[in-house]
Amino acid sequence: MGSTVESTGTEGKAWGGANKPLKASYGKMMMWFFIVSDALTFSGFLAAYGFSRFKFIKEWPIADEVFTHVPFLHGQELPMIYVAFMTFILIMSSVTMVLAVDAGHHMNKAKVTIYMFLTIIGGAIFVGSQAWEWATFIQGDYGAVQTKGGNILQFGEYVTEDGKEKFKRISIDDFAAVQVGERAEHERKNGLWFVTEGSLPPYTVNEIYNGLAANDNIQVRTQIIDDNGEKTVLSRAESLKQIKENGKLVVKGANLHVNEYGTSLFADFFFFITGFHGFHVFSGVVINIIIFFNVILGTYERRGSYEMVEKVGLYWHFVDLVWVFVFTFFYLV
Amino acid sequence: MAHEHKLEIFRGLVKFKSNTSKIWGVLVFLTIVTLVEVVLGIYKPDALMTPLMSPFEGGFIATLGNILFSPIIYMKSLNLIFIVLTIVKAYYITWDFMHMRDETGSMRKMVVWTAVFLICYLIFILLQEGGYVFEVYNSDDALIKRDF
Repeated sequence: MGSTVESTGTEGKAWGGANKPLKASYGKMMMWFFIVSDALTFSGFLAAYGFSRFKFIKEWPIADEVFTHVPFLHGQELPMIYVAFMTFILIMSSVTMVLAVDAGHHMNKAKVTIYMFLTIIGGAIFVGSQAWEWATFIQGDYGAVQTKGGNILQFGEYVTEDGKEKFKRISIDDFAAVQVGERAEHERKNGLWFVTEGSLPPYTVNEIYNGLAANDNIQVRTQIIDDNGEKTVLSRAESLKQIKENGKLVVKGANLHVNEYGTSLFADFFFFITGFHGFHVFSGVVINIIIFFNVILGTYERRGSYEMVEKVGLYWHFVDLVWVFVFTFFYLV
Repeated sequence: MAHEHKLEIFRGLVKFKSNTSKIWGVLVFLTIVTLVEVVLGIYKPDALMTPLMSPFEGGFIATLGNILFSPIIYMKSLNLIFIVLTIVKAYYITWDFMHMRDETGSMRKMVVWTAVFLICYLIFILLQEGGYVFEVYNSDDALIKRDF
């Protein structure tokens, strides 16, 4: 062994090794660096969302009109409530996580177990809420007509509520004049076998037009935001003209191609960013479960350190951190 | 591994007895901030729906001023409040839940400065470009037609 260099002669000096200037373990530091890079990924997405929003600043959907639903409260317009609940759940699960970390510092296995369990439950509730939010968004509520240029035309009427005149949306289901004998969906088994088509929209533009013509009270609303921060409502004559000349496709709900609430980019970004975040929450829950079982099995008790809980905790808080920004930029601003 | 925690928040204004009580204290604070955001988001007070200042008119200095004060010139006060509150929340999540407060100064700077610098750069570039594309689409001599 004499030939092996075992000492460099620089022990105790700055480059002698075994220094821990950051006073953090390797694992924790690497978790932090991963978080930095992941934060940049999310900022990239959110900044791209900002780019598209600035590009269509005059016609971007108003979030308060899009996310108005709360489970079990059908037909009521309650913007913000549900998403505030989701935010609170995630912050709460962050708190139980940090309490688990704290209990870990005190080597208190029972407490770590309970708090980890509560964190997992919180994460599961959040992911479930996210799924519900998606389902509601995909299903849509009022329906709209997409024009040849890709713009969205929505329907509604002016009503007086509490002495104030306001524009109330009307669902296409309520006024479309359904005609029999419309064309059936093309399937491979009843047409050309090498040609497929997506499911047909619920109504044809013609049916919407006839329904609109028959109801004098209904007016069309465009995507364009006026000086008062509200979407422009067209006159009756202009409404009929728009649908007749430009209407191309009846849209209900939102997906990656069309979006009844406005520009389809809004739906694309919503699915992509909340989806990516939801995936983080999901993987966070999975990692939490693994750590939870390790805690129960006493792995960290034997190791003499609950640092693993701390590391997964960092990831979990980061997911919460990202949500705070997603919440602001999708629902508030 | 030392597990000492700094127990002061708000620059020493509030000092907690234990790490656990600090966590609950921060939760209360974050909840209040979120509630303020939600209430403002639902009621949208009219007074906050316009920017605080109108843009400076004139030459180079005016442009500089517009860039310098862009958050209060080009942004609705309400949105500015939301963004500031979000950053406040992010600060307390990072500092107290992720224990950034207890890390060494160099560790903190490595993570925070890098991220903040790159994110600011990214946001500036993309939003600037977004505004430019908006001009291209919506100027009087725009070659792109979308109102059909």
